[in-house]
Amino acid sequence: MIDPMDFLLWTKGPMFDWAIAIFALGMLARLVEIFMLGRKPNYAEPRGGEWGPGFRTIFTRSVADAGTFQRAPFNVVIGTVWHVGFFIALLLFIPHIELIYSVLGIRWPGLPNPVVDAVTAITILAMIGALIHRLRNPVMKHISTFEDYLVWTVTFLPLITGYIAYHRMIDPYPLALGLHILAAEIFLIVLPFTKLTHMFTVFIARWYNGAIFGRKGVAS
Amino acid sequence: MSELSLERGLAAFREEIDAPVAAFFSSCIRCGLCATACPFYVETGDPKYTPILKLEPMRRVWASEFTLWGRLKGLVGLAPKVTDEMLAEWEELLYDSCSMCGRCSLVCPVGNDLQYMIRKSREAMVASGHAPEGLIGAASRAIRTGSPMGLQWKTLDVQIKHVESSTGLEVPVDKPGVEYMVLLSSMEIINFPEYLEAIAKIFDHAGVTWTLSTDCYEATNAGIQIGSKDIAAELVQRVVDAAVKLKVKKVISPECGHAYTAIRWEGPNLIGKSYPFRVFHIIEVLDELRAAGRIKTEGKETDRLSLHDPCNLARKSGVIDQQRNLMDLVADNFVDLKEHGKYQWCCGAGGGVSSNERAEHLKMAAFKRKKAQIEEVGPDRMVTMCATCRTQLEEGLEEFNMDIPVVGLTEMIAEHLVEKEQRA
Amino acid sequence: MAHHKTLGESLRAHGVSRRGFLKFCAATASMMALPPTMTPAIAAALEQARRPSVIWLSFQECTGCTESLTRSHSPTVEDLILDVISLDYHHTLQAASGEAAEHAREVAMRENFGNYLVVVDGSLPGPDSNPGYSTIAGISNYQMLMETLEGAAAVVAVGTCAAFGGLPQANPNPTGAVAVQTLAGDKPVINVPGCPPVPMVITGVLAQYLTFGKLPEMDQYNRPLAFFGQSIHDRCYRRPFYDKGLFAETFDDEGARAGWCLYRLGCKGPSTYNACATMRWNAGTSWPVEAGHPCLGCSEPKFWDAGGFYDALSVPPGDTGSTLLAAGVSGAIIGGAAAALAKRRQKADLAERQPVKIDELEQKL
Ligand code: SF4
Ligand code: SF4
Ligand code: SF4
Ligand code: SF4
Repeated sequence: MIDPMDFLLWTKGPMFDWAIAIFALGMLARLVEIFMLGRKPNYAEPRGGEWGPGFRTIFTRSVADAGTFQRAPFNVVIGTVWHVGFFIALLLFIPHIELIYSVLGIRWPGLPNPVVDAVTAITILAMIGALIHRLRNPVMKHISTFEDYLVWTVTFLPLITGYIAYHRMIDPYPLALGLHILAAEIFLIVLPFTKLTHMFTVFIARWYNGAIFGRKGVAS
Repeated sequence: MSELSLERGLAAFREEIDAPVAAFFSSCIRCGLCATACPFYVETGDPKYTPILKLEPMRRVWASEFTLWGRLKGLVGLAPKVTDEMLAEWEELLYDSCSMCGRCSLVCPVGNDLQYMIRKSREAMVASGHAPEGLIGAASRAIRTGSPMGLQWKTLDVQIKHVESSTGLEVPVDKPGVEYMVLLSSMEIINFPEYLEAIAKIFDHAGVTWTLSTDCYEATNAGIQIGSKDIAAELVQRVVDAAVKLKVKKVISPECGHAYTAIRWEGPNLIGKSYPFRVFHIIEVLDELRAAGRIKTEGKETDRLSLHDPCNLARKSGVIDQQRNLMDLVADNFVDLKEHGKYQWCCGAGGGVSSNERAEHLKMAAFKRKKAQIEEVGPDRMVTMCATCRTQLEEGLEEFNMDIPVVGLTEMIAEHLVEKEQRA
Repeated sequence: MAHHKTLGESLRAHGVSRRGFLKFCAATASMMALPPTMTPAIAAALEQARRPSVIWLSFQECTGCTESLTRSHSPTVEDLILDVISLDYHHTLQAASGEAAEHAREVAMRENFGNYLVVVDGSLPGPDSNPGYSTIAGISNYQMLMETLEGAAAVVAVGTCAAFGGLPQANPNPTGAVAVQTLAGDKPVINVPGCPPVPMVITGVLAQYLTFGKLPEMDQYNRPLAFFGQSIHDRCYRRPFYDKGLFAETFDDEGARAGWCLYRLGCKGPSTYNACATMRWNAGTSWPVEAGHPCLGCSEPKFWDAGGFYDALSVPPGDTGSTLLAAGVSGAIIGGAAAALAKRRQKADLAERQPVKIDELEQKL
């Protein structure tokens, strides 16, 4: 039988270091691999800028255009809800803020625990909805690979274990907390090697999209 | 004699992969939203036409050769390979079911410019010998005769004579030092001779000096459509040489969408340097003249008119307001389609689909999206500014027994010009 | 001698009234979460209990546990129960020393063989450690424990050192300290951790053992559930603030003055199982969290090596920042090398590149 406190300390200690190391190494390697490829010079006379539109698209692409919303309302709503929920739970829960502060030395105000709790519950439901949608929508079903289900799982686990730990539904608590931390670590380890990279590369992709279109005078 | 091969195709994939491509593939979350943006999926309902799937060969090359993880997987034989059979299967996806309209690039939530990658993928398809016959034929004719339709100067010459006699105006040919060199498209010359007459009238009206060139009158670029920068560069070089020879500072691309993107955006990169002249779409020129007060019109169309934005002109080139300004000049009852401008829907014929006889059924399927859009608004006539779009709209509307004529915007402007005597 | 008196007789000899005794029994019942109707049963059981012999061994410890047990202001039931058991050996408390003391231990062991209770505070150097690290009367702790355990009915490990290793075991554990339970073999062990344990918990556990004559219900760490079944956090009176997200951020900010939750100041209450929040300290006067200090988690294994006392529970103990930096830099280098390789391949491709010619294309027609 595992010793709950040993388990918790292992997840907080050595395992956390491993996870952070693999994540940082893998992700940095990925980013450098992208940037070093560069772009060929563009000799066409520009109609607009690149930087401004690039940054603009980083933000604007978070909201679907009206037509897309009409054609895929479930996809858009559920996707938005769980992404927003995930980030609220990740970034605005006080214990997480303390953790980030201890690692990066920056902090910001958090939300009251019950608010984060409610958001987490909604996020969990939305993620289940997203999974069902992936299994049932013909396009998503067709284009999904093993990786997509793996990523869903490793994203879902930190949420559900976090919820369980917060509500102390597994006894003793160190075991519950350890499971949550371990789930987050698995997420970190898997991140650089799957589509979870989009958490970082989405900014690059959107910037390039905005820049490519912006140069031609289109706000993309 | 050398041959196109898988190796050359793979090398082309590698050559085309740059930072944006790597960022795009790293970001795809397989949400499937790009499918809802693509007329070929929306109207066929077949998930294999999901845009991101069209890029699977390129994605595999990227994953296995441009990521550390993929290379490790490759070492243990876990990275799926791109084979000749795969590319053969993808030929339909990358050509027949994609008009390179770029709508998916505007909708993808992570910002993937899918159209950018489809254009690049076609380089590898060509190099590996997997381009559709229809497009090879067009490219071959373009290189060998100067026109993708195999037209010769003689044919144009007859038209010039015709325009001159019917308008009493001169159609300048090979005149150096004028302001604009005008290019045409073979499709226009054959299907819509009104265009040449219209610009002759408008330029005379506005006092613009211009010329055609016997060395190069063709604006379209079959190399871009098939996706070969080598072929495309050769065709662009002809335009550049003609413009340089005539010492013009401005070149006008006709009412053709892809011709404009080819010369305006790809051309300088194909030849590896900026041009000694500037490139405009005829609609940009007309709007500039309008803004400068050099076009005086009288009377307005009173029937219900709507507008089809060519993808290449609007979404892919940022010419969106100009055509609306011009519509306001001559139309009383203009109504936009619901999704227009950068979010317009493709007519279904672009990106070489119309030159690819095999893709006829898909072309018509994709058109149904446009048809639905038109039905929503119920115009009496449609206006557009691309000969390919116009042909497709005409064919499509006829196919569905919809009695909605399609007109070119330039002609429509020409029809409302104030007669010279009246102005004086 | 006193050994043969029952607890009831002994209490009466000490002038404890029947009422006082019943009060103690009622308190014991409630501590053990038993219904009040059990009070007479407890009283009857205790009345009949023979004063068992207790041998108290102190090893690598700070005497805090004994202090905790004895620091009562007025004679309380805790004191009484100490009087009524037969504490035959406790080298901190007993007057005898040296050989006389050891003699008392040996006598008690012999006379009560198989029945006496061993209480241990402090951890001890393990069998592989230098035996000289901690000795009493020239006997190594290890040897003394093993000898004493032989005839013991059960062993109670009082305090976190005895129960889990405690501070002597803290990294790098110079003495090779181990907890009692790692050496107890098949002897029943009751762990009463805490650094130190709440006095009432020590006496309560003894009372429970005497009452029922059997081991209490225990958790995975052999802690009696009656006292260690709930976490500090679950019974903390500051919990409503935690639930509302109201936290003190320094020890003297407004939140601290308003009595808000101490999570951000490092409170380990959520992961700590102990009775402080319900039984409190100093005869029920207060307890650490009430006094404004975060719980250190002192009744949990490894609390001494679990990161800073003033770091929030979610904060990892290691230097994650530098791990992140070092791994990031290595990643950048590795990625750079990989990308350079890919680019070299692109260059080689370019050098060998054959432009697509129209007659090559035409071959496909
Ligand atoms: S819309 Fe973008 S992220 Fe979604 S499947 Fe298509 S390419 Fe991938
Ligand atoms: S460019 Fe247009 S036709 Fe091609 S995949 Fe994207 S949406 Fe479909
Ligand atoms: S002070 Fe500690 S035990 Fe009390 S509620 Fe806050 S975290 Fe929990
Ligand atoms: S509050 Fe926590 S640290 Fe303090 S004595 Fe109780 S259990 Fe130990």
